[in-house]
Amino acid sequence: MPKITVTVNGTSHTSEVEGRLLLVHYLRDTLHLTGTHVGCDTSSCGACTIHLDGKAVKSCSMLAAQADGSTITTIEGLATGNELHPLQEGFKEEHGLQCGFCTPGMIMCAADLLSHNPNPSEQEIREGLEGNICRCTGYHNIVRAIQYAANKSLVVSE
Amino acid sequence: MIPSSVDYTRASSVTEAIRLLTDNPDAKILAGGHSLIPAMKLRLNAPSLLIDIARIPELRFISDEGDKVVIGAASTHHDIISNEAVQDMKAMIEAGELIGDTQVRNMGTLGGSIAHADPSADWPAVLLALGASIQVQGPNGERSIAANEFFLGFFMTALDEGEIVTAIHIPKLAEGQQTAYRKFMQPASRFAIVGCGVSVTVEGGLIKDAKVAFTGVSDAAFLDEGVAAALIEQPVTLETIEAAANAAAEGDIHINEDHFSSQAYRKHLAKVYAKRALAGACGLD
Amino acid sequence: MSNKFIGKSVKRVEDKRFITGRGRYTDDIVLPGMTYAYILRSPYAHARIKSIDTSAAEAMEGVVTIMTGEEVGHYGVPCGWQVNFKNGDTMKEPPHPLLVKDKVRHVGDAVAMVVAESRELAQDAAEAIIIDYEVLPAVIDASKAVEEGAPLVHEDVPNNICFDWEIGNPKEEVDAAMASASHITTLEFVNQRLAPNAMEPRSYIGQYDSVYDKYTLYTSTQNPHLIRLLMCAFVLGLPEHKVRVVGPDVGGGFGSKIYHYTEEALVTLASKKIGRPVKWTETRSEAFLTDAHGRDHVTKAEMGFDADGKIVGLRIKTFANLGAYLSTFSTAVPTYLHGTLLQGLYTTPKIHLDMTCVFTNTTAVDAYRGAGRPEATYLLERLLDLSALEMGVDPTELRLKNFIPAFDGVTQPGYQTNVALQYDSGNYHGVLQRGLEMLGYEDFRKAQAEAATTNKLLGVGFSTYIEACGIAPSAVVGSLGARAGLYEVGQVRVQPTGKVSVFTGAHSHGQGHETTFAQVVADRLGIPMEDVDIVHGDSDTVAFGMGTYGSRSLAVGGSAIVKSLDKIIEKGAKIAAHKLECSVDDIEFIDGKFTVKGTDKSLGFGDIALTAYVPHVYPANLEPGLDFSSFYDPTNFTYPFGCHIAVVEVDKETGTTKIKRFIAVDDVGNVINPMIVDGQIHGGLAQGIGQALFEGVEYDENGQIINASYMDYTMPRADDFPMFELDRQVTPCPHNPLGVKGAGEAGCIGSTPAVTNAVIDALWSVGHKVKDIRMPLTSERVWRAMQS
Repeated sequence: MPKITVTVNGTSHTSEVEGRLLLVHYLRDTLHLTGTHVGCDTSSCGACTIHLDGKAVKSCSMLAAQADGSTITTIEGLATGNELHPLQEGFKEEHGLQCGFCTPGMIMCAADLLSHNPNPSEQEIREGLEGNICRCTGYHNIVRAIQYAANKSLVVSE
Repeated sequence: MIPSSVDYTRASSVTEAIRLLTDNPDAKILAGGHSLIPAMKLRLNAPSLLIDIARIPELRFISDEGDKVVIGAASTHHDIISNEAVQDMKAMIEAGELIGDTQVRNMGTLGGSIAHADPSADWPAVLLALGASIQVQGPNGERSIAANEFFLGFFMTALDEGEIVTAIHIPKLAEGQQTAYRKFMQPASRFAIVGCGVSVTVEGGLIKDAKVAFTGVSDAAFLDEGVAAALIEQPVTLETIEAAANAAAEGDIHINEDHFSSQAYRKHLAKVYAKRALAGACGLD
Repeated sequence: MSNKFIGKSVKRVEDKRFITGRGRYTDDIVLPGMTYAYILRSPYAHARIKSIDTSAAEAMEGVVTIMTGEEVGHYGVPCGWQVNFKNGDTMKEPPHPLLVKDKVRHVGDAVAMVVAESRELAQDAAEAIIIDYEVLPAVIDASKAVEEGAPLVHEDVPNNICFDWEIGNPKEEVDAAMASASHITTLEFVNQRLAPNAMEPRSYIGQYDSVYDKYTLYTSTQNPHLIRLLMCAFVLGLPEHKVRVVGPDVGGGFGSKIYHYTEEALVTLASKKIGRPVKWTETRSEAFLTDAHGRDHVTKAEMGFDADGKIVGLRIKTFANLGAYLSTFSTAVPTYLHGTLLQGLYTTPKIHLDMTCVFTNTTAVDAYRGAGRPEATYLLERLLDLSALEMGVDPTELRLKNFIPAFDGVTQPGYQTNVALQYDSGNYHGVLQRGLEMLGYEDFRKAQAEAATTNKLLGVGFSTYIEACGIAPSAVVGSLGARAGLYEVGQVRVQPTGKVSVFTGAHSHGQGHETTFAQVVADRLGIPMEDVDIVHGDSDTVAFGMGTYGSRSLAVGGSAIVKSLDKIIEKGAKIAAHKLECSVDDIEFIDGKFTVKGTDKSLGFGDIALTAYVPHVYPANLEPGLDFSSFYDPTNFTYPFGCHIAVVEVDKETGTTKIKRFIAVDDVGNVINPMIVDGQIHGGLAQGIGQALFEGVEYDENGQIINASYMDYTMPRADDFPMFELDRQVTPCPHNPLGVKGAGEAGCIGSTPAVTNAVIDALWSVGHKVKDIRMPLTSERVWRAMQS
């Protein structure tokens, strides 16, 4: 069985894993980080989105073994202590979530978007979310939540 | 959805990957895994061994080599569209930005996409239009395959047993050459129902060279010679483009159909998207 | 009473756990010694099982047990609503076994369950089970299933007819009215089958505790108590007090998690059998095959008008596809949730619906967001816009001419329809007029005329809808065949320090009850929201409940809480009067204080709470404690209504439709939290627009779903929509204490026909006089409509 070492939310973990173990199952079942969700079988819904070496990826479509040597951030690792990430705050302030199931993936995907486009237009936000499905919100307030975070981050960085 | 049991190993060099592949006939090469792993989860594919080549340094680079741009096979879609070397090749950028979604572009690779040869994938049409060649390496050494000899059929390429794609060579644009890619998406998967990559070279107001390639239309991406021929030596006008686009997807080719698009509708879309891509390349849209 | 929270967009208290990844959905729960189940399902739509061989699978590594129909096939899940044939005969109600032993009836029908040490091993073992099937011809389409010689889904159900049914005026009266019409608009159409697609796949954990002889079922459900009642009393015969049902955080439902599913009973049985917890979580692929679908009507409808454009009659024949088995509320949806809404907002004097409900070799169909009401609205609103086009009149003027006049339900009576219901209050002209102002109707028609000369056509579509929500008066639904009451339970427990725990039988799966209910409680008691905790979703802590569906939680569940709050205040006043040495009639309760009227003598809510639990100075004959539970059974449904307007752009070359604007003016009665109500509308709009443009379960002739994944079933995505334009009118509900009507389904009910109407309008603007395009309006279908 492959042996992997990954740094997840700042903590290093070394585990022996089955070759076929999906990264999302490693995070959920082995590390008990259940904020990353599984919503489909086809890499379509984005509920499993995490950051692998700083980039948003779908953890249901890669093996844990592929992540060996990588640094991973999940939704649980996004806030700094008790201080919410601007996106987390934006989702709350703008009612960007209802059932909450897609939310971690949405936030992690949006964080990737804002990292290379800190001031996206509405259209760029909508296109940036093409890999994430929400069934509750009609996306309206998700767009506003991301705009909130972008505005807040711009203000902070000025 | 869980794959069947499989062994996993990470190859440290191309040579090692080829040796592992030769030694394990049931093995599969794994790069980004964004075609293979979903298929394995559905248990449509059950290799005994996965040979991960994603982190082989000699496969992940993009370099400007004067007359051509060379892209390592394990370069991700994101690597490519954010690289300076291909920015003037509009078809590359326009296609790359429409592949999958952000997350898929961060993991999926150019080499993986073309080796998989999904009939609806975006890259093949672009590589055909740009006259790219594909570098492959196998137990018998290296060779180069022209893009128009690489995509042979439904999930079928010119790769031999034990060969892997190592790099893609794309000629730099000539004076007066412009490219574009336009895509009509399957609304659920966002793969191409029709994707059209074009390259048009204009000299003195006349079209001197043209390549028009389709993906999604048939069982493999292909160059549509009929459209290209109708453009040569013609002035760069919408009339020229419309007349040429009407020749798209005619002749003796198999046209795909599915519950989103009948053959007749696909054929119609091929003409519309040839027009849109050509207009885009010629700055007439 | 205070007025700090009600009507304000208070941020949701439940959000913190979700945005930090600490929500707790069923699949997140890991119990000691837990095992994992995998269910082997039929690959065929209709086949006889000749043999099942589990021996190889049983010998595999990690397998704990394998169950088949042989062992548990005598258990089956029930239907919760009995509807009778026109002739009075009881509907056909074939069993729905937990696992099938003789004949599978749809792709995905459950045949065996493997329980193993891991989900990987369970799936590996299931692949080793050998089943010999004799494949039979399948029947998919409801209108074809009733034909002579069609394959029978259940041998003892002739012509596959579960029941036939009618509602409205006598057929002869409607025929006579139609014969007098100067124009009849005829529309034959399909309201296609949808997959609900809550983002959290269904997940269940069964846990049997032999020490206490007690079962616990963790389930992603909309109504834990109903699941307990059904599973205990109608499926497994377990004593209810020995079964605890917990609904943790639930990742959306939209109806699909109302029903009692076979897998809930299976994990419960298996956990007892093996003495260990058993978890089953479906995959998305399974969800497409097994979560109850929605809609699936085949309809011919005719609407007659007199020479002045007044509607004189409405005549409808519909076949409703129920699927292979009766899901919990499947029989109520095409009948009492659909036929009763065919009055719409109009004064139509004569209405008749002839409905045939049919079994086919497909996944069961039940309530999906809106449930019957979207089908009724689609039928009516398509007919209104199409009639306007056919008669050459304006679709909004045609509506204004036929609307029921405004009535408040207090000084004016409710409106008695021809299809059983009595509307509570309404002002239908108001929402349409507001919608037209927002649209800028005249300017739009100018822009449309200009667009008609280009490749990007413009169209506008209208939908003015009404729905029946807040289900329901138990006596009414009981008389109509419901096998359960539809009240709600609300318990308010004031703790000795004045903090408040509220136990509600409603069960949020995204609706924000922890916030909205707390707003109501905090204002009624004049205390901070932080002092209120809303507890839901656990049958051991919440006395009873009927759950969340049909836009009922606030109207019914909220009203139950208000009843308990009234009792708290009434008792508090008695305690205060005693301590303040005055008559209870002199006590008023304002801003959290019990005050002697006209004096500055008062006691705070906390003082009274403490006194109730430390009753040293206390009224004689009054029990200590401050804890009340109430059952609220509404006297009528509530009737939200509204006006939805879609503006679309149609690409003439490809047929692709883009939503340019979407305007929704909804009247859902009083609003407690505008932010949450708007969010409910947004989500409903996306689903309703999704039905019109994107979604639809497609079967092939063999009964295989050809788009059973997100690679082929088009889910609406962020870039499919513009920002929605919302406004609100408020006509309070006259018959519940909060004056609320419910907002969960409005967006989904109103929006669908507006979109189809807009596309048809765009096509008529350039002379393509098509009557209908089948939903979803894919690019090819619209393109083909333009080629005719």
